[in-house]
Amino acid sequence: METLMAIVIGILFTIGTYLILSKILLRVILGTSIIGHGINLLILTMGGLKKGGPPLLGLKESFFTDPLPQALLLTAIVINFATTALFLVLSYRTYNVLGTDDLEELRGCDDE
Amino acid sequence: MVWLYLVLGIPFLFSPIVPLLHKKFTPKIHTGWFVLWIPLLIFFAFLSTIPTLSSGEIIALSLPWIPSYDINITLLIDGLSLIFGLLISGVGFLVILYSIYYLSKHKEALHNFYIYLLLFMGAMLGVVLSDNIFTLYVFWEMTSISSFLLIAYWFEREKSRSGARKSLLITVFGGLAMLAGFILLTMMTDTHSIREMIHSLGEIHSHSLFLPAMVLILIGAFTKSAQFPFSIWLPDAMEAPTPVSAYLHSATMVKAGIYLVARLTPVFGGGEVWFWLVSGIGLVTLLYGSFNAIRQTDLKALLAYSTISQLGLIMSLLGLGSAALALDAGNAKTAYALAIFTALFHLVNHSTFKGCLFMVVGIIDHETGTRDIRKLGGLMHIMPISFTLALIGSLSMAGLPPFNGFLSKELFFTAVLNASEISLLIPVLAWIASILTFVYCMIMVFRTFTGQPKHKLGKQAHEAPLGMLIPPIVLAALVVILFFFPNVLVQYVLAPAWAAVLPPLAQEGLLTVHVSPWHGVTPELLMTLGVIVFGLILYKTLKKWQKLYRTYPQALTLNHIYETSLERMESLSLSLTKRYMTGSLRDYLIYILTFIIVAVGGAMVFSKGIVFDPSLDASFSIYELALLAAMVISAVTVLLAQTRLTSVVAVGSLGFLVVFFFVLFRAPDLALTQLVVETITTVLFLLCFYHLPKLKKENTPLPTKVVNGLVSLAIGIVMTMVALSANGNPLPESISGYYENAYELAGAKNIVNAILVDFRGFDTMLEILVLSMAGLGVYTLIKLRMAGGKENERS
Repeated sequence: METLMAIVIGILFTIGTYLILSKILLRVILGTSIIGHGINLLILTMGGLKKGGPPLLGLKESFFTDPLPQALLLTAIVINFATTALFLVLSYRTYNVLGTDDLEELRGCDDE
Repeated sequence: MVWLYLVLGIPFLFSPIVPLLHKKFTPKIHTGWFVLWIPLLIFFAFLSTIPTLSSGEIIALSLPWIPSYDINITLLIDGLSLIFGLLISGVGFLVILYSIYYLSKHKEALHNFYIYLLLFMGAMLGVVLSDNIFTLYVFWEMTSISSFLLIAYWFEREKSRSGARKSLLITVFGGLAMLAGFILLTMMTDTHSIREMIHSLGEIHSHSLFLPAMVLILIGAFTKSAQFPFSIWLPDAMEAPTPVSAYLHSATMVKAGIYLVARLTPVFGGGEVWFWLVSGIGLVTLLYGSFNAIRQTDLKALLAYSTISQLGLIMSLLGLGSAALALDAGNAKTAYALAIFTALFHLVNHSTFKGCLFMVVGIIDHETGTRDIRKLGGLMHIMPISFTLALIGSLSMAGLPPFNGFLSKELFFTAVLNASEISLLIPVLAWIASILTFVYCMIMVFRTFTGQPKHKLGKQAHEAPLGMLIPPIVLAALVVILFFFPNVLVQYVLAPAWAAVLPPLAQEGLLTVHVSPWHGVTPELLMTLGVIVFGLILYKTLKKWQKLYRTYPQALTLNHIYETSLERMESLSLSLTKRYMTGSLRDYLIYILTFIIVAVGGAMVFSKGIVFDPSLDASFSIYELALLAAMVISAVTVLLAQTRLTSVVAVGSLGFLVVFFFVLFRAPDLALTQLVVETITTVLFLLCFYHLPKLKKENTPLPTKVVNGLVSLAIGIVMTMVALSANGNPLPESISGYYENAYELAGAKNIVNAILVDFRGFDTMLEILVLSMAGLGVYTLIKLRMAGGKENERS
C-alpha cells in the first residue's frame, strides 16, 4: 500500500508542479492546491498505514492508528485552506486592478 | 610617557571642534590658525623622545581595546616611527600654514578641509606608531578614507570625484589584501605584535603560508605607495587642493607603503622572493615614473610621476638592503645594510624637496591661474623667490650638489653598484632612470620660469604673499642645511631607524656611517657627471625624441586597461543579472525546483539513501486501488482541462477523494474537516472563476513545455523516492503510545482532539491566528480601495 501511495503522491506532485509553471494565475493556484493534497497524503503515509482502530478510546480497540500525524494534518489542512482562500481573493483582485491574469504580462517594470 | 597617547588622540579629539570654531569666527579669522598648533605640539613631542631613542631604547605603551582578541592600541616609538612622526607633524605644520594662505576663507568650506586633514594626520600617526597589526590596519584604512575625502574636496568637479574614486578603489583593494596577509601572518606567528613577530622568527620562513602572506602584504604596500602597476591613482589624485597633494601625495601617505616594507623587513627580509619583488618592482617603478614624467604638460602631473619614480627608488633600496639579513658578516653585509640607510635618508630628503616643489607649483597655479607648462614661461623675473625655491628643489631632486638630493643619490649609486654582483642590470637601469629624472627636473624649472612671458594668463602674475612663501622656504632651507650638516640628522634620527629595520645587525654593531659630500673621485661621482652630461643632451634634443611617446599604443596604457576593465566588469555584471533576473515567476520557480532536484536527488543518489523495501507495506484492497485510480484520473483531468469549470470541478473531486482516504485510514476528524474545507474551497474557486476571464489556450512554445514537463517529472520522482526511502528505512519507535493515555492525562477519549487542544494546544492557537489573519486579508483585499486605484478598477 505504501509503495502505491508513494507513486500516487509522485504523480500529484508532478501535475501540481506542472500547473505551477503555467502562465495562468488560476492554474497556478489549482497547482498549489494539488500539491497540498500530495503533502497531506505524504504525511499520513509516512506515519504508517498499518490498520488499527480509529484513535478513539471509547471503542475499546486493542490498538489504534497513529494519532500524531492526524493531529498534524488537521492543522495543515486548516492553514492550507487559509492560504488558498487568500491567494484566490488576491488573484481576483489582481485581475480586477490590472486587467490580466497572464503571469508573463504581470512582470513588473524595468526599474525593478 | 602616557602623554604620548595624547599625541595620537589630539587630531581626533580636536576635529569635532573645528566646525564650531569655523562657524563662530568665519570670515574674521581663517580656521587654519586654530589647527596650526596641533602638528607643532606633536612635532615637539617627537623631538623630546630623541634622547631616549638615540641611546638605543624604544618607547612602548599599551592601552587595551579588545583584550579578549589581543587587539590593543600599542604605541611603539623607535627610530623608524620617529622619522615618520617628525615628517608627518613637521610637514603637516608647514602644509597647514601654507593652506591658510592658499585656501580662501570666503569661498571655501574650510571646516571640511581641516577635519579631513586632522583625521588624516591622526590616522597616519596611528599607522606609524602602531605595534599591533590590526590596529595598524584600522589606521591604514582611515588614511585611505580621509585621503579619499581630501581628493574629492572640490566635489562639484567631475575629475575630482573620479580621481577620488580611483584612489579609493585601488588603495582599499590593497588594504584588504594586506588584511588577509596580516591574518596569515598572525596564524604563523601566533601574535599580533610586530615586535614579538621579529623576536619569534626562525620557523616562519619555511612555513607554507609564508609566501602568500608576504605577497598579500606587499600588494597592500605597493598600492599605497603607488608602485608599478598600481601607480595610476596618484596622477589622478592631483585634482586635490595643492596643500593636500604636497602633504599626502608626496610626504606622508604614499610613504605608508614604504614604512610597512621597512617595518616588516626583519620579518620577511632575507629571502630571495622578498629581495626580487621589492627591489625589482621598485626599479621598474623608478624607470616607469621618470619616463612618464617627461611627457606631462601639467606641472602637478609631472610631480606626481616624479613622486612615483622617487618612491620606486626608495622601495628598490629597501629591497637591496634586505640582502644584508641573509649574508654572513663581512664587507658585503655592511654594504647592503647601507642601502637601507640610503632608503631612509632619501625618504627624508624626498619629503623636503618634493613638499617644497608642490608648494611652488601651487603658488604658480594660484598666481597665474594655470599649471600647464605650455602656457607658462618667463616667470623668473616676476616671481624670483618662487624661481629660487623651484631651482633648489629641482636640482636636489636631480641629485646635484650642494643639495641633499646629491648625497642620497650618491649613496643610491653606491648601493646599486654594490648590487651589480647580483645583476649588472640594476646599476644600468638606475643610471638611466637618473638621467630621465634630470631631464624632467630641467623641464620643470626652465620651461616654467625662463623664456618669453606669455600673455594669455588668466591673472596678472605676481609674487605670492609672504605667508605662502614661508613653508617652501623652510623646506628649501632644510634641503641646503641637510647637504652641509647631514650627520646631525644621521646620528639622532636615521641611525636609530636603521637599527629598527635591521635589528640583528644593530646588535652586532655593524651599522656605522659618516655621510660627507665629498669622498674623492669615485665611480659614483663619475656616474653623476654622466647623468648631467647625458641629461643636458637629452634636454636640448627634447623636441626630436619626444615623438617617441606618441608611438606607444594608447590601448596598452595602464589607465586605459583600468578604465576598460572597470567598464567591462560593470557591463558584465549587468548583463549577467539581466540574463537570470527575468522577472518571470516561471523562471524563478524553475531555478528553485532545479535546485531541489539536484540537492535532494543528488544527496540521495550519492549517499546511497535510496531504499526500496515493499515487504513492510500494509496490504490493500480493491477499494483503495479504485480510489487511487480515481485520484490519478481527476488530477490528470485538471492538467488536460480546456475550460475553467472542468479544472475547478476536477480539483474539487480530488479533494473529496482524499476525504475517502481519510475514512479508509481511520481518521474521522480529518475526513470531517477535509469535507468541509474542500466544499468551501470549491465554492471559493467557483466564485473566483466567475470573475476571472475564460481560460485562454496557453500558447507556450514546445521547448518551454518540455522543460516544464521534465522538471515536474523530476520533482515527482524525487518525492516518490523520498517517500519510498523514508518508508523502507527502519525508524525508531513512534512516540504516539504516550498519547493513548489521553483519558488519564487529559480526560478525553478522542486522542486526536486531545493532542490538538491539550498536548499540543500551542499549535492550534497559532493556527487560529493564521486563519483570522487570512480572513482579515481577504476582507481587506475586497474592501480596500487605494487612492488612484479607481481608474484601473472595473468591478
